[in-house]
Amino acid sequence: MAIFQWLNDQLLRMEWLSNLVALLVKNVFDLDLGSNLGGSIHFYIYDVIKIFILLSVLIFTISYIQSFFPPERTRQILGKYKGITANIFSALLGTVTPFCSCSSIPLFIGFTSAGLPIGVTFSFLISSPLVDLASVILLASIFNWKIAIAYVIVGVILAVIGGSIISRSNLEQYVEPFVYGNDSLDVDIEEMTTRNRIDFATDQVKDIIKRVWLYILIGVGIGALIHNWIPQPIIDAVLGQDKWYSVALATLVGIPMYADIFGTLPIAEALVLKGVGLGTALAFMMAVTALSLPSMILLSNVVKTKLLAVFVGIVSIGIIIIGYTFNAISYLFI
Amino acid sequence: MVEIKVLGTGCAKCKQLEKDVFNALAELDLAADVEKVQDIKKIMSYKVMSTPALVVNGKVKVAGRVPRADELKKLITEER
Repeated sequence: MAIFQWLNDQLLRMEWLSNLVALLVKNVFDLDLGSNLGGSIHFYIYDVIKIFILLSVLIFTISYIQSFFPPERTRQILGKYKGITANIFSALLGTVTPFCSCSSIPLFIGFTSAGLPIGVTFSFLISSPLVDLASVILLASIFNWKIAIAYVIVGVILAVIGGSIISRSNLEQYVEPFVYGNDSLDVDIEEMTTRNRIDFATDQVKDIIKRVWLYILIGVGIGALIHNWIPQPIIDAVLGQDKWYSVALATLVGIPMYADIFGTLPIAEALVLKGVGLGTALAFMMAVTALSLPSMILLSNVVKTKLLAVFVGIVSIGIIIIGYTFNAISYLFI
Repeated sequence: MVEIKVLGTGCAKCKQLEKDVFNALAELDLAADVEKVQDIKKIMSYKVMSTPALVVNGKVKVAGRVPRADELKKLITEER
């Protein structure tokens, strides 16, 4: 068992890196780690490097696995299930299917014209950005495995319930008609060679780093500010555990924002270290990733405003409930 | 002449594929009729579920990713 703890500490938490950076800050920059400047510089350098390393390794591994689950295969698998089972599989597959947000329209149309209920498609669309295998492992590295697993379970449940409610609410009339106008013959599922998969995974790493590096630098910067500069009373006043509005506030602030989940993790980490409730921090993360203005604009091309509003409403309320629940039971995790 | 369509709604990967196609054609010294399809209804007629996608002489060769140069050249030439 000790070996697992050691692996966790060195591979995920990267204690060796923290120690190295501490040496750098103390001996090269000549700063006291206990001071605001020294502490925040240590936090910044260590967190940025840690996230980039984990990012590269995780994205590569997970993209490789994801190359076995193209949307065409997912659609084929989902066609075999009915009712809530379909929602459950849809939410689970959403976590492992590679998914560029610009594909959300073709994917929505593809699933719907194959006869999958829109609720099943929405379960997929909720779980996909929310539960991302790479960020789950990152969560485990920043917090711990219990929280990471709980996050996955809760995210999948939210996706299943959200999709089921939509399925049962007779909202098909709010889908743009042209979505149904396509016939849904099965297409050939492309077979990739190992070389193709390696290329795909490597390109995904390069692509994603190109897309998110700025979010990470900014996110860690904000995290460092929270960690070392923003006084405790201010954070308590806005997001403190005893404030009834903190989860709702964190969620509402996160909804219109678009940032990659990797950028929000250091912020969540810093907030929790400063005493903000675990649920409040998670609610913020989920709101930022599950809902965003760009994805809502994209979706509005295929569904009418009323259905879009229902979708946003269900997910928001779900996130708020999850936030309060985690705050109440966080003693189990930390 | 080879007929190539690049399907995509305008994100960075879709533009990348279009650029790569032109590069591949230059390296192959091949003339082709290249069209970028951004209209969602037209994209759907090819039954692809993820973009960007590459269609050569009417057949969908790849969808959801940008193939590397070697693979791209192979995909373009094998449909003749």
